Amino acid sequence: MSTITIREALNQAIREELARDETVFLMGEEVAEYDGAYKVTKGLLQEFGGKRIIDTPITELGFAGLGVGAAMAGLRPIVEFMTFNFSILATDQIVNSAAKMLYMSGGQFKIPIVFRGPGGSAYQVSSQHSQALESWYAYFPGLKVVMPSTPADAKGLLKSSIRDDDPVVFIEQERMYGNKGEVPDDPDFTIPLGVADVKREGTDVTIVARSLMVPIALKAAETLEEQGVSCEVIDPRTIRPLDIETIVESVKKTNRVVVAEESHPICGMGAEISTQIMERAFDYLDGPVKRVSGADVPMPYAKNLEDLAVPDVKKIIAAVREVAYLD
Amino acid sequence: MSKQTAAPPSAAQAEEQQSSTGVMDAPPDVDQQQLKRERDKAKERQKDRLSRLDSGHLLELYRQMLLIRRFEEKSAEAYVAGKIGGFCHLYIGQEAVGVGAISAIRQDDYVLASYREHGLALAKGMTARSIMAELFGKATGCSKGKGGSMHMFDKSLGFLGGHAIVGGQIPLATGTAFATKYQGTDRVTLCFFGEAAVNQGAFHESLNMAQLWKLPCIYICENNQYGMGTSLERAMSLRDIAQKACAYEMASEFVDGMDVLAVREATLRAVERARNDYLPTLLEIRTYRFMGHSMSDPGNYRTRAEIEKYQERDPIKLFSASLLEEKVFDSKVLEDIDRKVREEVEDSLRFAEESPLPDPEELYTDIYASPIEPGRK
Repeated sequence: MSTITIREALNQAIREELARDETVFLMGEEVAEYDGAYKVTKGLLQEFGGKRIIDTPITELGFAGLGVGAAMAGLRPIVEFMTFNFSILATDQIVNSAAKMLYMSGGQFKIPIVFRGPGGSAYQVSSQHSQALESWYAYFPGLKVVMPSTPADAKGLLKSSIRDDDPVVFIEQERMYGNKGEVPDDPDFTIPLGVADVKREGTDVTIVARSLMVPIALKAAETLEEQGVSCEVIDPRTIRPLDIETIVESVKKTNRVVVAEESHPICGMGAEISTQIMERAFDYLDGPVKRVSGADVPMPYAKNLEDLAVPDVKKIIAAVREVAYLD
Repeated sequence: MSKQTAAPPSAAQAEEQQSSTGVMDAPPDVDQQQLKRERDKAKERQKDRLSRLDSGHLLELYRQMLLIRRFEEKSAEAYVAGKIGGFCHLYIGQEAVGVGAISAIRQDDYVLASYREHGLALAKGMTARSIMAELFGKATGCSKGKGGSMHMFDKSLGFLGGHAIVGGQIPLATGTAFATKYQGTDRVTLCFFGEAAVNQGAFHESLNMAQLWKLPCIYICENNQYGMGTSLERAMSLRDIAQKACAYEMASEFVDGMDVLAVREATLRAVERARNDYLPTLLEIRTYRFMGHSMSDPGNYRTRAEIEKYQERDPIKLFSASLLEEKVFDSKVLEDIDRKVREEVEDSLRFAEESPLPDPEELYTDIYASPIEPGRK
């Protein structure tokens, strides 16, 4: 075990997979000579050379599509978006090409590609650079969508994503790159996609949280423990496909659920999780599922407004107390 | 030409100069003597082109064009009869482009296309059966009935799809070219798209990367002069499409798309650049679709007279005329081909009719190459 940051864990995952498989290459804006806008790809150009670590022009639709085409011809591209905000320009290729190619070719063309980069709320960069887009991508059959919350998950899940034969949208949280944690040293350490992780066991209320919301939910759970409320925190880690069974098992035990997310509430993943709980575990619920979502507004710049827009420990505590009928 | 076109000829000039079988109407003030000399020169050029291919090869080009024509005629009938659903974009009038260009590559080279791809799939060697069955939405179709008219695929033949978002295949083709270079092979990619796709960002983003990184992709703009019902004149500020390659320092050529040998030779030049030097090329191939944009097109944006003018330069008629004139074949040989092609198309219809529908369970297959079972731990 080593204690490293999420940034370093991602770097290790990419490095190990590049070394393991010649068909893996990395492309994106500033990934090579600049060492990555967020330094996730630091040192890779020196180690693997310009053939495999490729700086692209600022041309998201173009290089996303180029990646999909390269995957059709047998390569395993890792396409970095400097941030997922810019993936919006590439959605045609992600959604119409990557996600659907296997199906509309009658099973002939698999697309083993990873689209990765930071997403979610950042710090004070206003509306176009600070948003949670995972619910968009989770909408489409054919894509897998992964959102790690710890260094170990980041490494294990990214390695699995690179080895996976399907297109994976891998969203790292921009605020979390510096978060530290223990990561196994074994180069064959992977975490399977589609498996949720119970980040904290509890008996009274289930909190389903992903990405940035996981450490915030864990902090809320600590405070709530002192208040006599035992919370179970579940991190789906992969949101498509969603490991709903693990969530339902928890609900059967706690009978109360809070879903925390940075997404906007309308058509967000939280709405989906709530619905699936209702469909599968209605009789086990002691009350309605409560969502704590990002505010239904474009992200503001001003610090005080931004803080109001992103779910925090206080909001999660309030929601848990509400579903537990404590207030 | 081995370098980029510094100043490509205007479309009209080039058509006049390069068309080896031209029957363009002469403007009233043209010197008739001069015109005759031009036409004689064009005939000589055509004779020369014909002499460079053996008769078997020439006959195959003719057969493929005719197969596409007859196939598409039957597709139209089957569509009207309600046997084919959705959209159906026919290739009639454009046969020389696909056949000429694809005749210039190897079987292991890649072809990517737009949604007007039945003819290109045939030219790449896919069977009429597998394409007709796909149009009929049958399990025996080339995409198992999941793609339909706009999404034909055959991995074993390097046919990497019909793609139905205008311009969407252009970055993909740039990617297959990237992969072949990465893998160190000498495969080339042909990417077909209509002229309307040239207005999409995907076109410009792709050409920039292809030239920047020296990728062996040949971008074939089939300029049929209408993006659905909008004429080129109403949609493009710079209508000389070959010239757009200059923005990327890319080699380009304007080609008469009604002349299958002209298309073949221009593509051969581009293939040589791609195979030997990993260099991309933009070919603007001027053509015309004789049918509507799709089967539901009312066609009120162009005149009958305009269509007839281009039908005088029907690529199949032009080619058969020169084959007969140069006595490469007599008409009996060509009639024989027509009979065989009609039989092949009839056979494909029967095959499609008799083939089973996809199994209902197919609805949920091919979504993921490695599906994740619920509850897997």
